[in-house]
This record gives sequence, C-alpha cells and structure tokens, in this order.
Amino acid sequence: MMRSRFQQGLDDLRTRLLRMGGLAEQAVDRACQAYIDRDLTRCHLVLEGETQINLIEREIDELAFDLLAMQQPMAVDLRFILAVTKINSDLERVGDQAVNIAERVMDMVELPKVELPVDIARMAAAASAMVRRALESFIEGKAELAQAVLEMDNVVDRMKDEAFITLVKGMNEHPETTRQALDALLIARNLERVADHATNIAEDVIFWVRGADVRHNIGPEAPVQTAVTDTH
Amino acid sequence: MGVGIKVEHLNAWFGKTQALHDISIDVPANHATAVIGPSGCGKSTFVRCLNRMHETVPDARATGKVRMGELDVYNGTAAVQIRRRIGMVFQKANPFPTMSIYDNVAAGLKLNGFHDRQRLDEIVERSLKLSALWDEVKDTLRKKSGASLSGGQQQRLCIARALAVSPEVLLMDEPCSALDPISTGKIEELIFQLKENFTIVIVTHNMQQASRVAEFTGFFLLGKLIEFDKTEKIFTTPSDKRTEDYITGRFG
Repeated sequence: MMRSRFQQGLDDLRTRLLRMGGLAEQAVDRACQAYIDRDLTRCHLVLEGETQINLIEREIDELAFDLLAMQQPMAVDLRFILAVTKINSDLERVGDQAVNIAERVMDMVELPKVELPVDIARMAAAASAMVRRALESFIEGKAELAQAVLEMDNVVDRMKDEAFITLVKGMNEHPETTRQALDALLIARNLERVADHATNIAEDVIFWVRGADVRHNIGPEAPVQTAVTDTH
Repeated sequence: MGVGIKVEHLNAWFGKTQALHDISIDVPANHATAVIGPSGCGKSTFVRCLNRMHETVPDARATGKVRMGELDVYNGTAAVQIRRRIGMVFQKANPFPTMSIYDNVAAGLKLNGFHDRQRLDEIVERSLKLSALWDEVKDTLRKKSGASLSGGQQQRLCIARALAVSPEVLLMDEPCSALDPISTGKIEELIFQLKENFTIVIVTHNMQQASRVAEFTGFFLLGKLIEFDKTEKIFTTPSDKRTEDYITGRFG
C-alpha cells in the first residue's frame, strides 16, 4: 500500500516535470519565432507563460520535498527525485531565458529593421533541439540519449562565439545598427544559456539512470572518495 | 581496539536446511558494518556464526573459516574464549531481572572470577559511561534492578554488560527494533562513538538506520551475500539489481 502510494508520487512528479518541460520548450520556441517575425503577440505570450512555469516549479519542489521526507527513498528512487529537482530548476531558468529573449525582441521591434550577420533561427533550432532531446532522454530513461545532448553543446557554443565575432564586426562597420546588433548578441547569449541548461538536464538524467556524476568532466570516483576520507 | 573479521566460504545449516551459502566477507576493524536483507535471508545466522552462537542450536552446524584478528574462531579456540572477545546485543533487551544495575554490568567479569572490588567499580562506571547510561543510573546502581529501567535504558545496560568484558567486536542483532525513536537515537549515537574502540556488526531491518550508523553494508538474500560495499554506494548506486529492488521496496 505504502509502496504504491510512493510509486504514484513518483509518477506524479514525472508528469509534472514533463508538463514543465513542455512549457519551457514552448516558451523558447515562441520567443525565437517572435524574433524571426518581429511578433509582439508572441512576446507577450512568453511573458504571461512565465507565471505558469514558476507555479509548476514550486509544485514540483513541494512534491519532491514531501516524497523525500515521507518516504525516505533509496537508490534509483532517490537519484530520480534529486534529478527531478535539479531538472526543475534548469527548466525554470530556460523559461527565464525565453523571457529575456522576448524582452530583447520587444526592444528590437521599436527600432528600424536591419539585416544582421547572424543566423539566430539556426541557433534557436539547435538550442531548442537540445532541450527537446534532453527531455526525451528523461522520458525514455536512456543515458545514451542524454550523452548525445552533451555532445551538441559545443556546436551551440561555437555558434555563439561566431555570432559574437560577426556582430561586433558589424557594429564597427555599421554603427547605426549597434542597438539591434547588441540585442541579437544578447539573444545569442540567451540561447547559449538555454543549451547549457539542456546540458545540465542531460547530466542529471545520466546521474539518475547510471548513478554517475558526469559534471565538469571530473572522474566519477574522485569526489566520493574525498567525502569518505573526510568522514573517517 | 577493534579487530577485523575475515570470513571465508562460510556455510551454515539448521539440520538439513542450508541457511548460509559460501559467504566470504572482510569486516573492517573499528567501523560499523550493517547486515540487511528480508526476513529469513540468513543475516542473524551470519552474525551468530561469528561468535559461534549458531552451534548452540540443536542440529545446527557451520563450515568455513572465520578469523578475528589473529584468532581462528572455528579452529582450536574454545567457544567461551571467542564470546569473551565478541560481545553481543540482542533484539530484546535481556538484563538479569533479579540483579541490580551494578551486578548486571559486572556479571560477566564475576563469572570469569574477577572479584577486585575497586577495579570492578571502575569497569562498571566506564562501561556505563561508554553506553551513555551512567548519568541516568549512577545514583541507583545498587538499589534498582536492571528490569526496572525503561526499554531503551535496558538495551544500553545490555550494551554496558557486553562492553564490561572488553570485547574487540560488538555484534548487534536488531538492537533498536523494540525501541522508540529517542532511545533509538541514543543507541545510534552510541554506535557511532563505540566505533573508535570496537568493531561493530549490526543486523537491522531499518535501512535508514543502516545508512545512518554503518560505513559498510552487506545485503543478504536467501542465505547468500548479494553485495557488500560502502554504505553510501549500497544506498545510492547499488551494483546488483536485487539490492536495488530490495532497498527501494520493490520486493521483500
């Protein structure tokens, strides 16, 4: 009886996180589409959607806290709940980045439209795909899918670096486009952060599934051994 | 100081029923090692083999090797001598009901012919201090019987009685299963402190307890040792699916 209630709690946590993931992914897509179409309506939808994301973030944390306190989970269940709380936080930040992008777009729409030497749409597609695949790896519980997300991060980092170089060059050559270029630069930076959050989510999925901490390219045993030594 | 226990190919039977199958394990000195597993998995039989209590059951026998430090438990050593070096605390506190608190603690020493009054006083005080009971009973040592204490106090009295004969190893078979959370907390804190001087093996059904007090944990199932590792490994990322299923409540 207790176990089935616990399992129900885990399922509930999973469902809510997927809902949160869907909203965060939708917010990024909407913000990027708003950039492409200079669409203020979509910008407002992103800003309004943030409230919902924030509410679900709190619900997930509360549910996770209750399960930890009431059920004292172990092993894979403990790793799952810890991973969910961290993914929850990353998804909320993805939502924040979408809001930042929407605000930049709202600023740009006020300015004359100019051609900028940057492919934000391509970068947005890459960052968005990373979030989507990270969530798929969570749904499937497959570490291999998560591993593939980690390998995509370098691509988005390179896009951001290239955007930085070409946009700064463009600002020097056409100072009248500086404000628009600066907005695009900040959007590129926001998308790079979205990709970073997707990477974190993928790392948390690997932690849940394999019990391996792959963050920061540190060997899995190093921090654990230090902790053991300290307690003796 | 505690000593390590090296168990090699230990098998145990009750009549024709084999209760333990080829157990090999190194219990490290001066650490607490928890033994977990579902009812009937052989965990109590395992600890009872360490001090040869198993053989006190009619028709029970064991084969294999158990070494406690330099001592070969099953070869050439008298069972009484083994039990003097390996103290044991049971699930239900079992003080001698007609004896005073003092006599309960001193019983083992007196049985061994130890009658130096002043040394006995010192040892009783030290043992009761080690078991964190001294402050609660020091004024009624000879007036009150062991049975007059609360359940938690009785269990700590039994721990003091076990410690009085200066064992190197302390075996605890579900020592807190009949205690309330406050008494349990005291015993767990005690286990933590006793590790400095003793090697502790604790059988428990309470996995949170194992994770709180023990640095190493062994998981038994159907008389076999499925997994033995550092406790944090067992409870966060066990290697064997059966261990994971048990500790996450998916069976057992």
